[in-house]
Amino acid sequence: MRILKHPILTFAKGKKVTFLFNGTEIEGCEGEPIAAALHAAGIKILSYSRFHKRPRGFWCAIGNCSSCNMRVNGVPNVRTCVEPLRAGMVVETQRNKGIIGGEFGE
Amino acid sequence: MVNKIEILVIGSGPAGLKASLGAAAQGAKVTLVERDPFLGGQLVKQTHMFFGSKEQYASERGFKIAEKLSREVEDHPKIRVLCNTAVLGCYENGVIALETKEKVVAIQPQAIILATGAQENTLMFPNCDLPGIYGAGAVQTLMNVYGVVPGCRVAMVGAGNIGVIVSYQLLQAGVGVPAIIEALPHIGAYHVHASKVRRMGVPIYTSHTVLAAHGDECLEGITFAEIDKDRQPVAGSEKELKVDVLCIAVGLTPLIEILFQAGCKMAFIPELGGHVPLRSDTLETSVSNIFVAGDASGIEEASAAMVEGSIAGLTAALNLGYGKESYQENLAAARRELAGLRSGPAGEKIRSGLARLARSEEVTY
Repeated sequence: MRILKHPILTFAKGKKVTFLFNGTEIEGCEGEPIAAALHAAGIKILSYSRFHKRPRGFWCAIGNCSSCNMRVNGVPNVRTCVEPLRAGMVVETQRNKGIIGGEFGE
Repeated sequence: MVNKIEILVIGSGPAGLKASLGAAAQGAKVTLVERDPFLGGQLVKQTHMFFGSKEQYASERGFKIAEKLSREVEDHPKIRVLCNTAVLGCYENGVIALETKEKVVAIQPQAIILATGAQENTLMFPNCDLPGIYGAGAVQTLMNVYGVVPGCRVAMVGAGNIGVIVSYQLLQAGVGVPAIIEALPHIGAYHVHASKVRRMGVPIYTSHTVLAAHGDECLEGITFAEIDKDRQPVAGSEKELKVDVLCIAVGLTPLIEILFQAGCKMAFIPELGGHVPLRSDTLETSVSNIFVAGDASGIEEASAAMVEGSIAGLTAALNLGYGKESYQENLAAARRELAGLRSGPAGEKIRSGLARLARSEEVTY
């Protein structure tokens, strides 16, 4: 959910763009972190843990904890809490440690 | 090829910004690296007003201070700013590898000021990893920088300054906060912050802790309970709360990996948040010309981080031969500010931590 009215802050937002999340088209604001755009759309599960496959969400929001690592445009382990959203990005939930050239490894 | 530079400042939060300005004002050439796309570190999400004196930007909001200092840094002819640039490691002979513009670059600074800040602590309980459980700083970032709320109802763990301030900011953003849960028998936050949330009807449960989180794929609720003086749950005091967000504000740990790599002598000081470097009273570590400032030197708050940054910046510049004439006067002024910030009951923890550090020996690994 986005904050529409705030007593102190105004939010300078980039233009509306669409991107793909696991094949579904979603709208976000250009330049905001991918994970923020997913959150605004109500999506909280960003990855699954490597061994026990437990769902993982946003934890630190500063690119430290790897909880938000996702595949973006085919590249695994992208820290979506800091990676800016661009139009047409292909974003996927990550379920393993990340395999380069992942189409053969997922 | 290794690029030789004068002073490298790592991190552009309050400490790094002030360190850069302090060193550059003496005439030293500074390279400031920041892994985020913008300057300001965690100041950019702080909407509350600062305390202290005019020098410490009292009555100004954190994000306004960040804007002001960032502009000064960007406009300074002696400071080169590299955003989107991460330090990858520290190698022999003080060579630092940076990742910038998708390239790895090696630089060799004459002095380094580490102002990397801290990361949030976690708390262990069943299901503590469910999506919907966040660090308080993460909620602050999501909400105050990107304008997105984490959910509808938030339980906060921790009644220190961060827990209480973020609770207030959640209320400002229109999010419900049905409980603040604190393991200590008292509220750690400054009174002025705690009374604001109490006036808005948020109950603060002291001597309580989270026993478990519930939910299938995402957080749906928590069980919390009173704890006795041995921190054991009191039977029969369990309470259930339906929340979609649990926010953890149980302290921070300094980010000091680079200092370990550089071979700085370190000690574990609980009052300062974890491993911190042994250092002189001008914040120079055991490796000459490597300085530390801000939360990386021990968890404190932004005002003190700024003053520490100034001290480290001035002294690094002095070591390179800049600003000899004004050094003592500038240092004395900064020391007075720092002593003022650390006086009184709020400074008790940091004072005892620094005293313990001064007595401690290196912990070797």
